Amino acid sequence: MFQIRFFNRLNMSNLLQIKNLHAVVEGKEILKGIDLEVNKGEIHAIMGPNGSGKSTLASVLVGNPKFEVTRGSIIFNGKDMLDMSPEDRAREGLFLSFQYPVEIPGVSMVNFMRAAVNEQRKYRGEEPISANDFLKLMREKRELLGMDSQLVSRSVNEGFSGGEKKRNEIFQMAMLNPLLSILDETDSGLDIDALRIVAAGVNKLHTPDNATIVITHYQRLLDYIQPDVVHVLYKGKIIKTDGPELALELEKKGYDWLINP
Amino acid sequence: MTEQQYIDLFETYREEIDRNSSDGFNKERQAAFETFGKIGFPTSKLEDYKHSNIARAFDTELGLNLRNIPIPVNPYDAFKCDVPNLSTFVYFLINERYYRKAQNPNSLPDGVFAGSMIDFSQQRPDIFNKYYARIADYSQNGVTAYNTMFAQDGFVLYVPENVVVEKPLQLINILRGGVDLNVNRRLLVIAEKNAQVKLLICDHTVDEVQFVVTQVTEIVAQEGAQVDFYELEENSEKVTRLSSLYAEQKENSCLVTSSITLHNGYTRNNYHFRLLGRYAEAHIGGLAICDKEQHVDNFAFIDHAVPHCTSNELFKYALQEKSTGVFCGKILVEKGAQKTQAYQNNRNLSTSSDAHMYSKPQLEIYADDVKCSHGLTTGQLDEEALFYLQARGIPEAEARMLLMVAFTKDVIDLVRIDTLRERLEYLVNKRFRGELLRCGNCNVADKKWI
Repeated sequence: MFQIRFFNRLNMSNLLQIKNLHAVVEGKEILKGIDLEVNKGEIHAIMGPNGSGKSTLASVLVGNPKFEVTRGSIIFNGKDMLDMSPEDRAREGLFLSFQYPVEIPGVSMVNFMRAAVNEQRKYRGEEPISANDFLKLMREKRELLGMDSQLVSRSVNEGFSGGEKKRNEIFQMAMLNPLLSILDETDSGLDIDALRIVAAGVNKLHTPDNATIVITHYQRLLDYIQPDVVHVLYKGKIIKTDGPELALELEKKGYDWLINP
Repeated sequence: MTEQQYIDLFETYREEIDRNSSDGFNKERQAAFETFGKIGFPTSKLEDYKHSNIARAFDTELGLNLRNIPIPVNPYDAFKCDVPNLSTFVYFLINERYYRKAQNPNSLPDGVFAGSMIDFSQQRPDIFNKYYARIADYSQNGVTAYNTMFAQDGFVLYVPENVVVEKPLQLINILRGGVDLNVNRRLLVIAEKNAQVKLLICDHTVDEVQFVVTQVTEIVAQEGAQVDFYELEENSEKVTRLSSLYAEQKENSCLVTSSITLHNGYTRNNYHFRLLGRYAEAHIGGLAICDKEQHVDNFAFIDHAVPHCTSNELFKYALQEKSTGVFCGKILVEKGAQKTQAYQNNRNLSTSSDAHMYSKPQLEIYADDVKCSHGLTTGQLDEEALFYLQARGIPEAEARMLLMVAFTKDVIDLVRIDTLRERLEYLVNKRFRGELLRCGNCNVADKKWI
């Protein structure tokens, strides 16, 4: 803990610090020593072939109980995440845009969002949001994502198309205004127009005080959301970190030159 | 034998029973008595009662108020907050007796009758005799036979041809007594051609004694009639509720029923629906929320006797702690009942390894051009949905609550009174949170739901 405090004093802009992170699922080790640092104001892209552990990393960060962390640490905004429940991590400002958003019949988007917003406010010692302010907030964020008003009056993700689900994830992100957003293949299932809208939304939400991790297979999304740093994840480890030009290089040459140099 | 004491009681007090009722009731007693003597109460030896031993409920000292000794109760006091809204129609049954001091300043449309069954049987014997104990066939059911032996009063809702009753009516059943009691209640709902009516019935217990209640309901929906019949049980744990609902539907009629067991002791609800005219539709909902050692058994029988009818059943159970749920759904599609559409769904949620669910779909189909289906699932809360909610900052306990309430949504959505639906959502939420005022207070009436 001493080290961390010391570190924070030196670098106030540090938001996420992952050290030597190992995680297993069903007895199989998927993450084999991840080190990653994200500062406020940054956008990081994590790329890599299928099965390299990208989605596992996202799940572990937000505390999915299916994964067990066996070694290492995750410090977010100066706090140890591994001791925290998923809901507390969310209320600390972590947000995951799910690769496969879950359909929840019977829970309306409105009730879901009101509960989420109010839980966040309660955590910060604030009063619940007024009905009026909440509706205003909903409308504002819905318009930001170009979402149909009908979608938000329906049950959470129920009967939504793939694109609508992804857009709904970013809508929730806009509603909750997190410090760190992890977008897990948010581009998959989006046509080019939807991709543009979603990316524009993400860019509008980006400020010098928050950060974004974009997990993607393709350069395409990175044309719209420009990363500061690009990492390549392979077999549970980050094997390469570089500037945005790395994504272009990967698009041209694939991963093979990195995996078998 | 459990039955003997009731047989003796009936023979001893026959005259008093008759004297405190009316001819309409009395003329049915002998035949019902003979049937009961033969078949008795159902026990768990019968396939249809495998998980509910009805006879056992009667195997105790129970009083019957056969002499109609007045029960001191003012339902307007018992129910803290009545509906001051002048446009509502609220009626009460105190145990089996119609409460004559109900204040309903507004009058119902001409020809509509809502009130005591004794009165109705005397004022309109032609109609009463046509239906009473005709739709509820007691030859096969010992509890219905028993009820017909002892029934002395009840509630009638009669709507003449082409009359539409816009405002929903509410009947509140109050159980009241100083000693353990057997209550035998009777309901009759008649909607003549193209009539429309909506009725909500709430069950409440005021006193913490044991009650064994039999309730026989007869519903007739004539050609083109629309009937909504909703029941909300909020009884104490000491109540055994044995309800049998018999419905007959004619051409183009539509019947929507939903019975919601919000709080109870031991409940058996029988449903017998007969679709006797083409294009008749029946929508049948059932929801049970149980914990502790509560027991809810819904038995539904739907008879498609003619072509082109639709039935749609949805029964859901949310079982916690050591509770038990039972569902049996029988659908009979008779020979020649072509183009039948019959759907049955039973979905159950169990949050405890000590809870039990017994479910049995039974389809008997003797026509070859029909659409029939049934679905049955029993499971736990969806872990992925739970995590999704948590990942947005909603604490686990609260997320579970949201999902449990969500589970009940589609049954509640069957209710066709908007304000009642909203009220039910609110009550279900409170029920899961353990905040429900259980007895002595009508949770529907304490808000202006109409």
